Amino acid sequence: MSKFDQLIDSFRKPLSNPRGTVTEFKKTTGGKVVGCLPPYCPEEIIHAAGMLPVGIWGGQTHLSKVNTYFPAFACSLVQTTLELGLRGVYDDLDAVIIPSACDTLKCVAQNWKAAIPQVPMIPLVHPQNRKLQAGIKYLQSEYENIRSQVERIGGKRITDADITDSIGVYNRHRRVMRDFVLLAATYPNVITPSIRHLIFKSAYFMEKSKHTELVQDFIREVRQQSSITWQGRRVILTGIMAEPESLLELFNEYRLAIVDDDLAHESRQYRVDVPDGNEPLERLATAWSNFEGCSLAFDPGKKRGAMLLDMVSTSQADGIVVCMMKFCDPEEFDYPIYYEQLQTANIPVLYLEIDQNLNSVEQLRTRIQGFAELLK
Amino acid sequence: MSDKITSKQLLGQLLQKHYDEALEAKKRGELVAWSTSIAPNEFCETMGIHVVYPENHAAAIGAKGGAIPLLETAEGLGYSVDLCSYARINLGYIKTLDCVADNIPLPDFIICCNNICNTLIKWYENIAAQLSIPMIMIDVPFNHERQVTQARVEYIKAQFTEAIGMLEKITGKDFDYERFYEVMRISAESCRYWKHAMSLAQQVPSPLNGFDIFNYMALIVCMRGKQGCIDTFKLLSEELEESIRQGRGAFKEGEKHRIMWEGIACWPYLGHNFKTLKSYGINMVGSTYPDAWALLYEPGDLDAMARAYSSIVNNCCLEQQVEYRTGVIKDFRCDGTIYHLNRSCKIMDFLQYEQQRQIAPATNVPFISFDGDQTDPRNFAQAQFETRVQALVEMMEEQKKAANNSQGGVEHV
Ligand code: SF4
Ligand code: SF4
Repeated sequence: MSKFDQLIDSFRKPLSNPRGTVTEFKKTTGGKVVGCLPPYCPEEIIHAAGMLPVGIWGGQTHLSKVNTYFPAFACSLVQTTLELGLRGVYDDLDAVIIPSACDTLKCVAQNWKAAIPQVPMIPLVHPQNRKLQAGIKYLQSEYENIRSQVERIGGKRITDADITDSIGVYNRHRRVMRDFVLLAATYPNVITPSIRHLIFKSAYFMEKSKHTELVQDFIREVRQQSSITWQGRRVILTGIMAEPESLLELFNEYRLAIVDDDLAHESRQYRVDVPDGNEPLERLATAWSNFEGCSLAFDPGKKRGAMLLDMVSTSQADGIVVCMMKFCDPEEFDYPIYYEQLQTANIPVLYLEIDQNLNSVEQLRTRIQGFAELLK
Repeated sequence: MSDKITSKQLLGQLLQKHYDEALEAKKRGELVAWSTSIAPNEFCETMGIHVVYPENHAAAIGAKGGAIPLLETAEGLGYSVDLCSYARINLGYIKTLDCVADNIPLPDFIICCNNICNTLIKWYENIAAQLSIPMIMIDVPFNHERQVTQARVEYIKAQFTEAIGMLEKITGKDFDYERFYEVMRISAESCRYWKHAMSLAQQVPSPLNGFDIFNYMALIVCMRGKQGCIDTFKLLSEELEESIRQGRGAFKEGEKHRIMWEGIACWPYLGHNFKTLKSYGINMVGSTYPDAWALLYEPGDLDAMARAYSSIVNNCCLEQQVEYRTGVIKDFRCDGTIYHLNRSCKIMDFLQYEQQRQIAPATNVPFISFDGDQTDPRNFAQAQFETRVQALVEMMEEQKKAANNSQGGVEHV
C-alpha cells in the first residue's frame, strides 16, 4: 500500500466505526467522550479535560423512531441525529453539548432530555449580539458552565493553563486545515471531493493534535507529487454540509474540483483562530465575536455574499454550488440575499437541495452535469 | 341601544388609528420603525416613534385573504416555501408595497427581539440588508434552565443600554428617562389588564368568545405602551364581568365543550375554524396568549424587565412549557386540546409531540392535532380539520359520559 493510501486509511478508520472509535479511546486513555452537536462547540474545554470531543452531524439511516419527536419538515441533520440517539447509538457518550443556534436546535436540546435521557445534555446558547462586550462576557459564563459540567463528568478540575494549552493545539489544527484547503485547490486530481470531505470529517473523530499530524503528513505526501493542470472546472460549496458522500462522487465524475468551501461542517470551523489574550474562556468567547459569514452568527450587514465573492476571486472559482440543507431556516433566509449579489457579479450558481438521508443522488446527477457543462 | 362604545368598537378605532398614524407620520417625514411582536416597545414609545408590527400586518393580510400574491412574490425572490409565512408575506410586501389590508410605511430602522423565535433574527437581518437601515437587536438567549440566569439578565440589560444609545443616534434626541418610567408603567398596566380580561374566560360558561382573543391580541401587540390599550381592556373586563354577573356565556346556544387551542390561528380560515368549532358548541377558552404578553414588572426595575421579556413561553425549557399548558387546561377547565401543527413555525412545532405526551396524562384531557399554517392558505385542508374536530368531540363526550357515570354528576353546559 502506498504512503498516500495508508494515510487515507488512517483518516477513514475512525469514521468507519465511530462507536468503536469511542470505546477504543476510552479503553486506551481512560478518558471520557463528549458529543458535540452543530454548529460550534468549545471543544477546547473538553480537550483540556483529557476527553475526546466527537462531532455529531447526523448521518444516513433509516428513520423509524424520530417521527414521535419531529414532523417531516425538520432538517435531516437533526432527524437522523435523534433517530440514532433513540436507537442507542450514542449511549457510550458521557454527555453531549447542544448549541441552540437555530429554533430547531433549541427543540433538539429540549427533546433530548426526554428522548435520550441516558446521555446527559449540556446546553449552550451563543449570544447573537456578538460584538458587544456584554455578549462576550455572557458567552464566557456559558463556557464557564460547560467547564464545570465537564469537570463534574471527569471528576477533576480543568485549569486555565489546561485550556490555554488546548487552544494552542486547536489553533495549530485550524492553521493546518486552512493549509489543507489551499492544497486541495492545487491538487484536485489527487484530492478528490470525497477525499477532501473525508479529511474534514475525520477531524470530528480524532484527538486534534493527532489529526494535525496526520494532515501535515498528508500535505507533505501530496506535495511530493507534481501538480497536473486541472482539466475540469473549479467550484466553491456553501451551506451547512455536503453529504451524503455519493453526492461528492458526482462532482468527481463531472470533473468539478472543490477549490474552497463555506460549509459549516468544513471550513467555517477553521475560519478564525482563537485570539491571544489572558483569560482562556474570554479568548474562546472573543473568537465567536470575530467570526463572520455564517447564517447562525448574527450579521445585520449580511457580509456573506461579499465573502463568497472574495472567495471566488481568490480561489479562481468558476461557480458556486449552494448545498441547501432542506428545512434549514437560517440558510434559506441567507440565500436570496447572497444569490442576488452573486447574480449581479455574474457568478454561476447551482442550487442543490441537501437531504443527508437521500437514498439516491441520481436526481441530482443531471443538475450537476448540466452545471459542469454550463461552466465550460 | 346605549350609545356607549363597546370594547370591540374601541379596538377597531384604535387599530385603524394606529395604522393611519404610521402612514401619516411617514408622510410628515417622521421616523417609523418595524418591530417584532414581543420586543420591548418601551424604548420607541419613550422616543415617540411610530412603530408598526409586521407579524400583525401579515396576520391581517392573511385574514383578509390576501396572502398568496405576497407569498408568491417572496418565493420569486428565492425565499423557500418552508419559511415562516409571516416572514414571506412581509418580505414580499417590501417589494410590492401593496396589500389587501392597510398599507404600512417602510421603516427607517427595525427592532428585533428573539424571545419567540430565532427565525425573526434572520427575517429582520434581511429587512435591514434589503432596505439598508439600522437594526436594533435585543437578543434574549433561550432558557434551558428554569430561570433566567443573572448572566443573561446582565447581557440583556446591556443591550437595553445599547438600544437606547442607538435610538439617541438615530433620532438625534436624548432619551427621556422620566418618560421612560411612565411608559414602563403604562405598558405593565396594559399587560395586567390584558391578562385579567383573558382570565375571565376561566368562568363557566365563558363570557368570552375565545376566537375574539385573536382580534384583541392586535392591540396588546401594537399599542401596549398607550393609554388606549388600558382603556380597551378595562372596558372589555367590565363587559365580561357584567356577563358573568348575569350568568351569560359567549354562546347563546350554550357552551358544550371548552378547549385549549395551541398555537397561532389559521388566519385565512379563521371563519371556517370558528364555525366548525361552534357547530359543536366548542368554545376556545384556553390558549398561550394571556401569558405571552404578561410582561409584568415594576416600572424602573430593569432586571425584572429583562427577565419578563426573556420568560416568554416559547423561550422556556420543555418542563416549564408543559407546566404552563397544563396550568391553562386546568385553570380554564378545558375538556380538550387542539394542537395546530403550524407549517410555518418550527419553534412551536418541534416540541409539540413531547408536550402532548406529557400534558395528556397530567390533565387527563383528550387532544387532536391538525396540519395548518398561520398565513399560507396552501398548507391547510378544511376536511382534515373538520374530521379531527369531530374526533375530538367524540372523545370529549365519551370522557364526560364516563365521568358522569362514575360521579352521577351533571356536566356543565
Ligand atoms: S435547521 Fe439548519 S442550522 Fe438548524 S440544525 Fe438544521 S441544518 Fe443546522
Ligand atoms: S410564526 Fe413562529 S417562526 Fe414565524 S415569527 Fe412567529 S414564532 Fe417565529
